[in-house]
Amino acid sequence: MSVAMVVFIVCGALTILGAIGLILAREPVHSALSLVLVMIALAVLYLLLGAAFIAAIQILVYGGAIMVLFVFVIMLLNAGVEVRTNLSRIAFWVGLPLAVLFLIEMVYSLSHQYAAGTTLASAGAVAGPVPASTEELSMKIFTEFVLPFELTSILILIAILGALVLAKKEAS
Amino acid sequence: MVPISYYIILSGILFGLGVIAFIFKRNIITIFMSIELMLNAVNLAFVAFSREFNQLDGLVFVFFVIVVAAAEAAVGLAIVMVIARNRKSLNVEDVNLLKF
Repeated sequence: MSVAMVVFIVCGALTILGAIGLILAREPVHSALSLVLVMIALAVLYLLLGAAFIAAIQILVYGGAIMVLFVFVIMLLNAGVEVRTNLSRIAFWVGLPLAVLFLIEMVYSLSHQYAAGTTLASAGAVAGPVPASTEELSMKIFTEFVLPFELTSILILIAILGALVLAKKEAS
Repeated sequence: MVPISYYIILSGILFGLGVIAFIFKRNIITIFMSIELMLNAVNLAFVAFSREFNQLDGLVFVFFVIVVAAAEAAVGLAIVMVIARNRKSLNVEDVNLLKF
């Protein structure tokens, strides 16, 4: 077994454990910390795939900014243990078989489609891909995708204004 | 080298777990977190396919997905704060004004 395979198995197991922890935790803070585990393990997987820049912004933006925002709001709102109601029990017993079925179907169809042996490389792609360099990626973003890039700055501006307007205390 | 099918299956499992969390969790903040989990699962599939086809467009998409997720988290958490202030609760079942 190669080193890459070992790293993949360890990090893949960590992401799945984190996702299960997100579901099972009753405290929102514990869910948030499980999600941080998922994000960091995913960043390692991106490194394994040769996408160094994506791994960096995964840790900086997701692990650093978004999750800190989540934890901050959890602390600010004093979010405690989830309460169980009758409706949530019904949702649990109806939803569990459906959810498990969905999961099995997804894994089955994906593993069926991408069964070992029929790699996509045989379908016309270049075999043995080289790791994507940050330089090529930035060239692509700032030439071919420069309009969407500028539009995202407008999107973020609108998001900032929206968050400000929503979170502002109303003058009573 | 790890075959791409493993990454795609891992991505599918993560997305499914995100859907399960989205359905089962009652806390509005945790529901937001499960949306982030689903976005991450899709990002993993994008990166894996980008590597397999040796094309950088997938990575550009992941970049934009992360940017939009950051904007979405900011607005979403502001909405959560307004709901918590008005309803004095974080349970989604208490937010039922539009429910028949």
